[in-house]
Amino acid sequence: MTSEWPLWEVFIRARRGLSHIHVGSLHAPDAAMAVRNARDVYTRRGEGVSIWVVPSDQITASSPDEKDAFFDPAGDKVYRHPTFYEVPAEAKHL
Amino acid sequence: MPEAYRKTLIRQIAQHAHSEIIGMQPEGNWISRAPSLRRKAILLAKVQDEAGHGLYLYAAAETLGVSRDQLLEQLHTRKQKYSSIFNYPTLTWADVGAIGWLVDGAAITNQVPLTRCSYGPYARAMVRICKEESFHQRQGFEALLTLTRGTPAQKAMAQDALDRWWYPSLAMFGPPDTGEQVSGGHTEQSMRWGIKRFSNDELRQRFVDMTVPQSEVLGLTIPDPDLRWNAERGHYDFTPPDYDELFRVIKGDGPCNAQRLAHRVAAHTDGAWVREAAAAYAAKRRAETEAA
Repeated sequence: MTSEWPLWEVFIRARRGLSHIHVGSLHAPDAAMAVRNARDVYTRRGEGVSIWVVPSDQITASSPDEKDAFFDPAGDKVYRHPTFYEVPAEAKHL
Repeated sequence: MPEAYRKTLIRQIAQHAHSEIIGMQPEGNWISRAPSLRRKAILLAKVQDEAGHGLYLYAAAETLGVSRDQLLEQLHTRKQKYSSIFNYPTLTWADVGAIGWLVDGAAITNQVPLTRCSYGPYARAMVRICKEESFHQRQGFEALLTLTRGTPAQKAMAQDALDRWWYPSLAMFGPPDTGEQVSGGHTEQSMRWGIKRFSNDELRQRFVDMTVPQSEVLGLTIPDPDLRWNAERGHYDFTPPDYDELFRVIKGDGPCNAQRLAHRVAAHTDGAWVREAAAAYAAKRRAETEAA
């Protein structure tokens, strides 16, 4: 058999209360082995309390080439940030 | 992404990954001979780390559109190289300490700047690797320190390991920045691309300046009669390694080249049935799930 094991993306929750964060990828024959391999490759020093694995080919990504146009709608909407608004110093807790 | 940049990165990351994988062998030689359970557990963890480092780096290389099978094929057919240092034998237990202290110390010197290189997946892999290498270096230093504080025979063993590993470790930084050997190198282009941030000789000097005071703590003598502090330069002057030897070893004529590669190919071939069985099991489970 020459075909490679499929590729998985690995996400780890470092501590309770934090979200899972992408840490890298690995090859594994199935999801259960991907989780076990991810434990050995990415959490040898207690880096996590939870692991997600996702088949890499199941991820849909935005195109890097269209980055500027794609994210352009947010570019001119500074009024979405609280710092856009000027309020008198005596108005507290705003 | 420019094609030449992509190719250069694949070559460098692959060579780095291969070095981690082949680098398991010289130290793996001592796992079953470690002098105590503590040392054995430490060495096992270190060799397992090297496997992990290889996997981070193969994954980084794969983001550039090359497959794991292709990378291994290139290693097994000698089309891609690995660090020449791993073609030297580990003759005594002190060599395990010397590898951690010197070889991993040199690797850290090389790798810390790479955590800020221009290619994100490589830089991120290097961040993780550098953190773990720090354990490798310290355990090596501690193992040597234990020997140098031991019997005269143990101290002699530590000195012998330093005598044999010093110049090969200096050679890990590659050919010098000047002279005829520089013409075929990649340094200038790689520095322009932000893959490499310091020249070979700069990193070699940095390593010597760090390591000499450490050798004094160990009470060992670096095998270089011309080694001395140069107050004017603010650096140690030292004898460069034998670059002709470096090129001979890179070309395949080191003490262990054939053995290292044969062992790697055998491990891959002997493990084929495991990879095939796991894939067959996964396919069967998938078929059962789809039928249900």
